[in-house]
Order: sequence, then C-alpha cells, then structure tokens
Amino acid sequence: MNRMPAALTCVHARTRRRVFTLAFAGAVAGGLALAAGASADLLTPESGGSANADDIDTLYKIVLVVATVIFIGVEGALVYSLVKFRARKNAVAAQIRGNTRLEIGWTIGAAVVLVVLAVVTFAMLGGIRTPPNSDADGFATPVVQNVSSASAFQPRPPNGRSLNIKVNGQRYVWRYTYPDDDDNVLNNAFSYVEMVVPTKTTITLNIDAQDVAHSWWIPALGGKFDGVPGHTNFTWFKIDKPGVYRGQCAELCGRNHADMVAQVRAVEPAEFKTWLETKEREIDENNAGALERRKADAEAATTPAEEAP
Amino acid sequence: MAAVDTAVRIPEITAHHVEPEPTGWVSWVTTTDHKRLGIMYLVTTFVFFLLGGVEALLMRVQLGAPDNTFLTPSTYNALFTLHGTTMVFLFVVPIMAGFANYFLPLMIGARDMAFPKLNALSYWLLLAGGIVFYGSLFFAPPEAGWTSYAPLSGSAFSPTSGIDAWIFLIHLTGISSLLGAINFYATIANMRAPGMGWGRLPLFVWSILVYAILLILALPVIAGAVTLLLTDRHFGTGFFDQSQGGDPLLWQHLFWFFGHPEVYIMILPGFGIISEVLPVFARKPIFGYKAIAASTVSIAFLAMLVWAHHMFSTPSATIVLIFFMISSFLIAVPTGVKIFNWVATLWRGTIEFKTPLIFSVGFISIFLVGGITGVFLAVFPVDWQLTDTYFVVAHLHYVLVGGSVFSIFAGIYYWFPKMSGRMLGESMGKWSFALMYVGFNVTFLIQHAIGLDGMPRRVYEYPDVGHLGLYNLISTIGSFILAVGIGLTVINVVRSLKVGVKAGPDPWKANTLEWFMPSPPPVNNFDAIPRVRSVEPMKDVRRQVARQTASSIELGEDPSMSESRA
Repeated sequence: MNRMPAALTCVHARTRRRVFTLAFAGAVAGGLALAAGASADLLTPESGGSANADDIDTLYKIVLVVATVIFIGVEGALVYSLVKFRARKNAVAAQIRGNTRLEIGWTIGAAVVLVVLAVVTFAMLGGIRTPPNSDADGFATPVVQNVSSASAFQPRPPNGRSLNIKVNGQRYVWRYTYPDDDDNVLNNAFSYVEMVVPTKTTITLNIDAQDVAHSWWIPALGGKFDGVPGHTNFTWFKIDKPGVYRGQCAELCGRNHADMVAQVRAVEPAEFKTWLETKEREIDENNAGALERRKADAEAATTPAEEAP
Repeated sequence: MAAVDTAVRIPEITAHHVEPEPTGWVSWVTTTDHKRLGIMYLVTTFVFFLLGGVEALLMRVQLGAPDNTFLTPSTYNALFTLHGTTMVFLFVVPIMAGFANYFLPLMIGARDMAFPKLNALSYWLLLAGGIVFYGSLFFAPPEAGWTSYAPLSGSAFSPTSGIDAWIFLIHLTGISSLLGAINFYATIANMRAPGMGWGRLPLFVWSILVYAILLILALPVIAGAVTLLLTDRHFGTGFFDQSQGGDPLLWQHLFWFFGHPEVYIMILPGFGIISEVLPVFARKPIFGYKAIAASTVSIAFLAMLVWAHHMFSTPSATIVLIFFMISSFLIAVPTGVKIFNWVATLWRGTIEFKTPLIFSVGFISIFLVGGITGVFLAVFPVDWQLTDTYFVVAHLHYVLVGGSVFSIFAGIYYWFPKMSGRMLGESMGKWSFALMYVGFNVTFLIQHAIGLDGMPRRVYEYPDVGHLGLYNLISTIGSFILAVGIGLTVINVVRSLKVGVKAGPDPWKANTLEWFMPSPPPVNNFDAIPRVRSVEPMKDVRRQVARQTASSIELGEDPSMSESRA
C-alpha cells in the first residue's frame, strides 16, 4: 500500500474510513434491532413461577431501561465524534485540556443514577427476600420453629408458617427432605431430583451440601442459592398454579456438573397431601421391613452355621 | 512558550561510549536489558494467549451443538480451567508487565529499570510457572476451574496432582509479578527524568504505578490461600474443611479478595494504553488528565472493597450483600468518568483513523457494555439470577477481551514501530480489527441471552431446549471469526518485521518520551536525558526543533492555538 501513489492512497484511505464508519454504525444498529425484536428469554431472566422471581425480573427491567439509555447516549456520543471530528483538510484540533464543571457534573450524574438504582433495589428487596403467608386454601403447614439451624437471615412469612423443605446437594443429585411432626429425621418423607410441592403454599428451603459446593437454581422460581458444606442457605417460593419448573446445579461440582438437574412439580394441596402420606407410609414400611431383615440377619449370625465347610 | 531552559542545569550522566548490542541466543538468555526482557515478556505471553485461544475454540466446538460428544466432561473441565488460568496469569497480567518493562523506563526518561537483574528473574519465574502448569497436560490437568473452589479442589475430590500444578503456577507467577511490581514502583518513584513531577507522569505510567500497588496488596493473599490449600491437600490441615473446623467459604473470601483487585490489575494498564493512544491520534491533549489519574487511584482503592460481589449467592447476611452492592456501584463512577473523558478527548479533535486508534475506539465501545452489565450484576437480587450463568461469561469477556485484549492490540499497533523500527501493515491491521470486532460481538453478545435462557457456565453439554442450540451455534461461529482476526495480526507482526515500512523515531508524532529516541532505542536508551517541562514532552521537543531550525516541520497541531482550560 505504501508503494501506491499518494493520491491513490488518499482515496483508498477515505473509502476504508467510510467502510469502517458504516460497519461500526451497522454493528450498533444491529445490536439495537436485535434488542427491539427480542423475545422474553433473549433480554430478561426467566420468571412467572413465583413472586420473588417476578420481582427480580421487574428489578432487572428497571436496570435494563437505565442501562439502555446510558448505552445509547455514550455510544451515540462516541460514534458522533468519530464521524464529525475525523481528520479533514484544514481542520484544527481544539487544544482543550479539560472542563472542571463538566467533569464534576458527569461524576455527580453517574453517582445519582447509581443512587437511584440502589433506592429502587432497597424498595423491592422486602418482596424478594421475605416470603408472604400461604393462601387460606393452601397446604396446612406447621410453624417453622424446630429448624435446627435457625438463622438471622432465614426468611419467614409474617405468620411464621411455611412448608420447610431441606435441600441437600450431593454429587450429582439433589435430595429433598420434607418436614414431619417428630424429631426423628430418619422417617421423614424424601425424594431425589424432583421436588413435589403444594400450590398456594409458601415453601421455604434450607439448602446445604453433602460434599462440595453446589448451587440451587430453578430460574422461574427465583435466584440461585449456593449450598456450601457446613453452611445453610435459605430461599423461598410460592407457586400459584400446578406445573413443572426445571433447573440445574449452577456451581461447578465436578465432571457431571452439567447433568445435576432439578425440577419442582407443583400440585394442588390435596394431591400433595396424598403424595406426602404415601411417601411417609412407604418409608415407614421400608423402615419396618429393614428392621425385620436386620433382626433376621442378627439371629442368623448368632445361630451356628451348620452348612459351613 | 518558555524559552529554552539554560539557567538551571542539574548534574546528569552523559554517555560518551556505548557498547555495541550483543547478539546470539546467549545474549537473550542472559540479558538484563529492560527492552529485551519486555520483548521476551510480550512474545511469551502472546504464545500463551494463542494457547488459551485454542482451548477456547475447542470448548466452543463442543458447545456448538446440544448434547455434543466431541469432548469428554473431564477434558472439557480441564480446558476451561487451563483457558481461564492461562488468560489471567500467563497472558493479561504479564503482557501488561511486558509493555511496562519496555516502555516505562523510556516514558519516564530512565536508562533501565531500578533492579535489572530482579527484572530478569521476574521473567524467568513467569516462564517457569507457565511450563510447570502446562506440564500437567502430560499427567492430569486440573479440572476445578481457574477459581479452584474448595472443597472441589481438595484432595478428596481432586486426587490427581493437576491442582498442585495450578498451585505451583500461582506461586511462581505470583512471585514473578510481585518482584516486577516492586521494580516498577521503585523505578517510577526514583528514576523519573528531571522535571517530571507526578503531574507530568504519562497516564500509562500512572496506570502501571497503580497496577504495581494493587499487585503488592493482592498477591500475598492468594499466595497464602494456595499455601493453605496445599497443606490441606498434602499435610493434613483442614483450613477449608468444615469437618475439621475449617470453612469452604474462607477459600472463596481469600480467593476473591485477591481475585477482584486482579480484575483491575488486568484492566488498568489497558486504560493507560488507551489514554496514551487517543490524544495522539485525535491530535488533542487528553481531556481531564487529573481526573483520569485520580480515577485510576480511586478504582484501585475501591477494587479492594468489592470482592464479595462474586459471592452474592453464598450464605450471607443481607447487610453484607448491601455493602458489596454499594461498593460495586461506587466503582462504576470513576470507571464512567474515564469513559466520558475518553469520548471528550475525541470531541473536537482531528481524528486520524490509524489502527491503534481504531482498536482504542473499539475498546471504548465494547468495554462500555461490560461496564453496564457489571451494574446489573452488582444489584444482588438480579445477580441471584445471573451469577454463574453465561451472562457472567459474556460480562467478563466484554471486560477482559473487549477491555484488556483490545487495549493490548492497540498497544501492539501503537508501539510495534518503536520496538522493531518498522510499521505494522495498516490495511491488514484494519482487517484484523474488523474481524475481531465483529467476531467478538457475535461470540459474546448472544451469550447474555444464553445465560438469561438458563444455561449455567462450566457445563460441558446442554439439552436441546428453547433457543439454546441456535444461540450457542451463533457464539461458536463468532469465536472462529474472532480467531481469524487475531491470526491476521500475528501474520502482520511476523511479516512487518521484514517488510514493514521504516518507522523512524516518531512516526505518530506522539507526546511521550519513548518517541525521542531512534526506533528501536539503543541499549542505553538516552545519551542525554531531556528535561521534561509538560505532560507532553515530545510536543515541546518538536516545537523547539521547529523554532530552532525555523523550518516548517509539521507539528500535528496549530502552534498558535493556546492551551485553554475552560
């Protein structure tokens, strides 16, 4: 290119400049068009299962609006100055070293935007962090008070009643333990992978982990909460209509991390009652059966083995 | 303008005899010359960059289709561990040290770094760290991610020695960076040219000063943390084992107490490069020199206070979450100030669209997106949805590729003429930029949507639900466009070493002292160190030359314009 005559280089440079300006403007415009015609999952987090997920979605959208305005403003100023102030014949660069008022102005401006975002977050925090009461026709839940690891940041509904399920992350499966009215945890109903819950009922979760750190995440039911060995984490959700909500472990836990899925199936409170009773009965039967077998084994061990060589 | 300063003379050493530069590979291995070490840093780290890039492409191939079986889970996990670790510890942090090695002494008018032998040691420790780490490829590479969270990185869940190779890398590159940081600090503090007060320090040097301070503050923490991990793994301690009274969360706190300052360690020198390039090609002084220098310092201060925003989904009290949200918000203010100042630097300039400028402008437009998505992630309830998903992957690449890599490429195109004496091909450079810019955005813009669609990071496969297949395919295609763009610059560099146009001492009509010498500069840098009278010493030099020769040398500006501060 440097062997070209000067005039030709100049023409080339100008077209190239134009191509780049166009490409840049095209990329920005393309991004915006994509944003405008976007479907819900393209631009916003999943929601629609529980009120806390919906509130997070709203908060996200507020931030998105502010962000879009700032994005367009700054990229616009950038593109404008690139087009308007490109080197031309006889153009002279203004030797400006700064403008104290302007600089203080935009520092304060940026701070004000962030103060507004912080205030909005605080205003919405209660609804996201604190669970509501169950509906009157929800599943009759006991008062959560016998939770072993009571904590200052455990969310509780105002009336203190919720269905408190223990979520335990294990490589590479989730285990759920349901509450019952005695202190023996060995006879509680439990399930793996799929958590069955009643609708119209506030579900509080105590999340921990068996081996390495895991992260509980059902997107439509609210955010992630890590299960860390030795700690208990808390979240809640309340589902209005029956349905299935899918998610998976979100914290790297080993080779099969990608396959550590979870799902929540919400059913009517009456159906849940039946499901829970069936589970508890099965567990009682199994426990009784196991006890029988152990007894038989113990007797066999004490009886001298006749057929032994 | 003040007349030529003859009244005040300070004693200085003037070179009367310069040894010819030694040649041969032994001279490279034994060198303590900051310029040679700088080139060794740049070449070594760029090789690691290409390795990390190949790892990324392999991952993108695996993710190009749902339920793909191109890679096994353990290979995939090893690849993202290698990729993240390489890019952070073997590319971005040390390549900034490479630029600083070469240009910091030149920019402040010094003949070498303060401790040249220590400087050589820094380089060799870096190389040793890289070799030890990549040596693990031949037995069992680590699979716990570049964050190596306990207990996953403990001996119970990572019994092979890959994690130990990772720990060794952290120690070796850590000592390398720490020694380098002390060297930079000592050089800047003590070896500036006469007249170069703190207010006349080039902004790149400001950013390296702050980079050095952050390294000195943050690296001992990670060095301690990985030592605890090492004793946990091999000597029976239980610092991160809850069953022995330790705590897995302690690892996360220690890691991120280092890890977040590390993010600014990686980006601040890039900011410095941009602050050098923009005024040169806009033919205009930097807008708000003091504000940019001050924002660099305040970013560094705040960077030490935001670490737990990586841990919003861990068991934490609300008040802790609120503190780290506010501190993360605060850091957006000085970062925003920098972006405004850069745009204002272009404003009313006469912008010459040379490749370094184009990369700098590309940097601003991409980094802005990374900064804005950072605000989403700082709002902790929103972060509960976004953390550990592809939204975060997109965010961090907008910051680290869009931010650091584009600024590094701006630096390569800007400074290559000084290092080699030859210009890089402009046309190929612009094509490289165009492909990188398009490829980058195609790869990573869609990843925001992948994350919002519910795909966590660090998964080797995903089911064919929703648009995940399409989005991931788009991202994979983009990554190859990006790779071609990077490849063009590699070709450009190799080619220009032979056929590039001779650059001369000051091809860009730049502002800072490194352009005072021939390209490449002689071993001793300066025969006589010039006295610095402003923040743009080369402008003064050109003005003085023009005045003394009464010639019509183009100054790249209108000398009659007085400098104004409105």
